[in-house]
Amino acid sequence: MTTNRRGFLKGGAALGAGAMLTASGLTEYAKAWAQSSQWKPEAGATINLLRWKRFVQGEEDQFIKIVAAFEKATGVKINVTNESFDDIQPKASVSANTGVGPDIVWPLHVTPHLFPDKLVDMTDVADYLGKKYGGWVPVAEAYGKSKGKWICIPVAVNGGYINYRISSMNAAGFSKFPDTTAGLLELCKAMKAKGTAVGFALGHASGDANAWLHWLLWSHGAFLVDKDDKVIINSPETVKAMEYCKALSDTFIPGCASWNDSSNNKAYLSGELHLTANGISIYAAAKASGDAKQLAIAEDTDHAFFPLGPSGKPAELQLAFPLMVFKYTKFPNAAKAFTAFMMEAEQFNPWLEGAAGYLTHCLNAYDANPVWTADKKRLPFKDAAKRTLPISGLGSIGEKAATAVADFIVVDMFANYCTGREDLKGAIAQAERQAKRIYR
Amino acid sequence: MDDFTLFSIGSGTMTATATLSKDRIEPRYSAWERLKSNRDWLGFWFMMPAAAILLLFLAYPLTKGVWMSLTDVKIGRPGVFVGLENYEELIFFDKTFLYSTGFTIIYTAIASAAKFVLGLYLALLLNNNLPFKSLIRSIVLIPFIVPTVLSAIAFWWIFDSQFSIISWALRKWGVIDHNINFLGDPILAQATVIFCNIWRGIPFIAITLLAGLQTVSPSLYEAATLDGATKWQIFRHITYPLLTPIIAVVMTFSVLFTFTDFQLIWAMTRGGPVNATHLMATYSYQKGILGGQLGEGAAIATAMVPFLLAAIMVSWFGLQQRKWQQGSKE
Repeated sequence: MTTNRRGFLKGGAALGAGAMLTASGLTEYAKAWAQSSQWKPEAGATINLLRWKRFVQGEEDQFIKIVAAFEKATGVKINVTNESFDDIQPKASVSANTGVGPDIVWPLHVTPHLFPDKLVDMTDVADYLGKKYGGWVPVAEAYGKSKGKWICIPVAVNGGYINYRISSMNAAGFSKFPDTTAGLLELCKAMKAKGTAVGFALGHASGDANAWLHWLLWSHGAFLVDKDDKVIINSPETVKAMEYCKALSDTFIPGCASWNDSSNNKAYLSGELHLTANGISIYAAAKASGDAKQLAIAEDTDHAFFPLGPSGKPAELQLAFPLMVFKYTKFPNAAKAFTAFMMEAEQFNPWLEGAAGYLTHCLNAYDANPVWTADKKRLPFKDAAKRTLPISGLGSIGEKAATAVADFIVVDMFANYCTGREDLKGAIAQAERQAKRIYR
Repeated sequence: MDDFTLFSIGSGTMTATATLSKDRIEPRYSAWERLKSNRDWLGFWFMMPAAAILLLFLAYPLTKGVWMSLTDVKIGRPGVFVGLENYEELIFFDKTFLYSTGFTIIYTAIASAAKFVLGLYLALLLNNNLPFKSLIRSIVLIPFIVPTVLSAIAFWWIFDSQFSIISWALRKWGVIDHNINFLGDPILAQATVIFCNIWRGIPFIAITLLAGLQTVSPSLYEAATLDGATKWQIFRHITYPLLTPIIAVVMTFSVLFTFTDFQLIWAMTRGGPVNATHLMATYSYQKGILGGQLGEGAAIATAMVPFLLAAIMVSWFGLQQRKWQQGSKE
């Protein structure tokens, strides 16, 4: 690294001088940052970055600003490509297999653990950020590390919580949102009786269905595997969770089995659905729409933590967005520099604000970000990274956990039973068989 | 050896002489030189480019796929040979695989039969003298021209659980009091995707059969009409036999396309609800690419091959061996 530092400094100074005329404050800062940073981008570096498609324009706008500032300060060219998040993993997988593709990929939760050996060791970046910003939340460390090394930087998680219409909840006889699973069932029954529909995705909705069904399983103290990756899904706790889910699904609006990630958003925003599990996107979209009917829905909407189940502990599943760098990149230092740069407070704070509650930080220092206080309806989302378990539950985070989720084992187990396609034992047995096959 | 060289090199005397003189200095030709210039091998050389393309783009991927299905390869790392384990697992334990195989067969059978009947009917209609004949024929092709994903997304909205225009219209008319759960109910979802496949597939069959119909000589129809044949008899004994070869080709393709369908299902249901509309192709994608289990994904894809071969055999031998040629008796 030291050998090319001098060369870079010269080049950087020249570029900096050129940029000086039009430089904004951010660029000034970025230049100073680049000068003092421990990661010196390779000369002439070009980074191709593949990221998940933004939920919200404000977040992307901030991201583009970060990219532009970094480009100006360092002379590194960054090409950003967006893909909907179902498509990122296949692309990243192909890249990992062939050694050709984007240098930086910003996928969902476990994707980095599908091919840990193909990724650049990011331990120095993670340690630097952790030290500077109050440490990582436990789940970030769980997601970030493989065999003691950081293989990715968990930038943020996307929190999913209960979205409900306040007036409908009140009309059903509840003044505040229930904090136990038993209370939730009562509320859903009462809301259904009042003709205000409730519904949670039971289809292959990789975000929504995985999130709420894993919460349901875990909050009952049931898990797919234990900490030694032994399959323990066939348990009395699972049976309880399944029975609860069946009872809850009896209160659902028809069609939940076909829902993908956008279905409940559409239904809620049309006023047909009054309670569901989702990210902040429904509320944010309604608020941003400027349409009177939508604004009224936003006004009447609030969020609540997933209630505690028999286990008595928060056990949610939130989507993590780790950023990873492939070993085949010719410019690992540029990629590291960019990663560290975007996570610095000067960039990360406005970015988190731009995300308007869609995304939750994994570094403790960002608890103080005004995004969480500007609108009290966003408050539950502040703790998303602290309340979530990793996607593997108790087990090890790795390709097995990733495969189990990608195969929708838990989702299908619940859906099979709730739709009557399988009986209770059959549905659990099928999940157990699939899980054992993956965890052999 | 000299005889051989003389015989095989070039046709012109000049070349032969030149070769002869050269031969005296260097009497031995390598096997490669002989192969290069041997006329019997010429055909082989001309075949090479085509063979190379077939090997590279067909045989190699197919062999590689079969090989992968015998290993536990995962995305991002090579696997080891596990024999038939993937197949055992799929056939004996994986209910979703059995469901998806069953549904693929049902999907193909119903959709192909319906597409054939409706396509043939449409072709016969279009073969009549209609006003704006070519315009109507072009319009008929539209479902086939629209990219599948686009039409699938349109269908997804048409059959949405909450926003279906069909449910909406029926509700407005007071026929039903709640939305029809088109894509949320397993059986309805299966029927829906089959319907969409039929809609998309009819034009291909109709237009191809129409092309076939136009090659039937009108004199045959005239003769039959003079002999007092009914419309049905004309169809049964003239049109149908003459159309048989093209039906064989068209239906082979249709069955293959339907059996390997992917886009429609993926855009509309992702194989849901509760895996009821998974076809082998979508299940293979979910296992192999999304789930990262390339070996199992490859095994599912390979398991499609025997079905496809069987379909081809049935079409070719079943339909082509009939004595359809003009003038022969059945």
